[in-house]
Amino acid sequence: MLTGVRGLSSSSGPRVCIVGGGPAGFYTAQQLLKARQDAAVDIYERLPVPFGLVRFGVAPDHPEVKNVINTFTQTAQHERCSFHGNVNVGKDVTIDELRQAYHAVVLSYGAEGNRSMGIPGEDLPGVFSAKDFVGWYNGLPSNKELHPDLSFETAVILGQGNVALDVARILLAPVEMLKETDITQNALEALAGSKVRRVLIVGRRGPLQIACTIKELREMVNLPNTRADMLPADFEGIAEALKDLPRPRKRLTELMMKAVKEGGDDKAEKCWGLRFFRSPVEVLAGADEKRAAGIRLALNKLEGSGESVRAEVTGQLEDVDCGLIISSIGYKSIPIDPAVPFDPRRAIVPNEMGRVQDTAGLYCSGWVKRGPTGVIATTMNDSFDTARVLIQDMEAGKLDLSVNKPGAQAITALLQTRGVRMVLFSQWEKINAEEEKRGKSLGKAREKLLDVDEMLKIRNVFISIFF
Amino acid sequence: MSSVCLSVCVLSSSGSKVLVHFVNQSGVKSSVFVTEGETLLDVVIKKNLDISGFGACEGTLACSTCHLIFEESVYDKLEPMVDEEVDMLDLAYGLTKTSRLGCQVTVERWMDGMTVHVPQEIKDQRGKQEAVRSK
Repeated sequence: MLTGVRGLSSSSGPRVCIVGGGPAGFYTAQQLLKARQDAAVDIYERLPVPFGLVRFGVAPDHPEVKNVINTFTQTAQHERCSFHGNVNVGKDVTIDELRQAYHAVVLSYGAEGNRSMGIPGEDLPGVFSAKDFVGWYNGLPSNKELHPDLSFETAVILGQGNVALDVARILLAPVEMLKETDITQNALEALAGSKVRRVLIVGRRGPLQIACTIKELREMVNLPNTRADMLPADFEGIAEALKDLPRPRKRLTELMMKAVKEGGDDKAEKCWGLRFFRSPVEVLAGADEKRAAGIRLALNKLEGSGESVRAEVTGQLEDVDCGLIISSIGYKSIPIDPAVPFDPRRAIVPNEMGRVQDTAGLYCSGWVKRGPTGVIATTMNDSFDTARVLIQDMEAGKLDLSVNKPGAQAITALLQTRGVRMVLFSQWEKINAEEEKRGKSLGKAREKLLDVDEMLKIRNVFISIFF
Repeated sequence: MSSVCLSVCVLSSSGSKVLVHFVNQSGVKSSVFVTEGETLLDVVIKKNLDISGFGACEGTLACSTCHLIFEESVYDKLEPMVDEEVDMLDLAYGLTKTSRLGCQVTVERWMDGMTVHVPQEIKDQRGKQEAVRSK
């Protein structure tokens, strides 16, 4: 029995295509399936495996956050939903071809690129984007050869969002905390042999503008065998500002100030610190000119107030010796098909409440719609919004549902003629079982397959058993 | 009819049944009888209440999607929050002074008849409806 492949196009209900199998794609699908009992939803994902950043972004020591995989799995297994992995939209099939086969197409493909610092020396060995570093320890196939050199004492992370704190925590966490998680084995071994003892997390603006949330900061403060190393000067005037802050910002700031005051265990072997009012201007090469050995930071002062506080240069510079530099200043969406409008300045698909500008029948949800910020719940609410707008358009007659659309039947036939080896959800479940099995033998939650070819081999084994 | 259902429930169940009203994002009200000792997240899941995206992290204090708004008199009597709950609640949309995470609130007999609201994210033009279910 072939599970995951639906029957013939005898149904006359709306057929919707979703590009991207991460949280945005799944939550959009969920809402559509719930709102229309006659809707069929097909999800196309570039990788052979689903779940996007839930699998490749969420830190290994945050397994609870990954519980959403259970609800996504239920959605994928819904009789009116089908998942197609290893399909690169824009390359294997075009948006126009999808729009011909479906009543509506939703772009939920997220942000697979990263903002670059735009400074000299950025391409030197030893400098990584957080996206790649996180991809490395989370088993993203394209990052498996990253081999970051962890033999230096000091690491500097640019950016102070939750991703920056995740990276800092993974760099400094005791190996015992990581060895039972789904972190990749090569990352675990590299971290076990790591000489990194000091991590600085650098931001352009001040403590009141820090982008991380309190849970992640609390985890740094509570990290075993580490102490906080902050600069009291960075916190001048902050105590006075506390009383006017809304509760979330107030608690976050109070926790930082507590870390400034208490520091932590002096006997701790490792330390971490937040550094404010500093922007990177150059990566400095070592004497041999071959790799990064330091970073030059420009000191800023703040102008403006409230939401519009901005950093202005003072002209002062500061050099920090370090052998590992991780730029965590934001992910970035990329255009995947020339037929889709794209705003290169904001790096999003221009849209009005999820309706893609000037393109009937095309919608977007998640980071590609709003920009790459927010937690899973943010994306969930946003995806529900897009789904509601799509349903409204169906009910208002803005989408012509009287025309029968072939949906997956036509697209999978097309992909087969192009030699694309799709992975159906039931085949992902086989890959999933294999990862859990390998993990079990290592005492871990799972051992992720790192190789697309290996994933496809496992999928093939599944096919040959049943046919 | 509802009083007959109520007495049937009380006689036939071993755990104490508590009446809780849930009002979802669209203003739709569901009234359910729940067992003492369950969390409000358990209730939403078990009774399959129509609240989109509720309980994404399955009660592990890793999200804020089970955010519920309580009546002040009820809120004041709830067990105080641990830091980890406040941390997550601080990220919730539409936070109020009487907000709590449903996964951290256990149903007790004194809550009988209380109403909890799911924060409204989108105003529904259709207005409120009532769906009374007794279980």
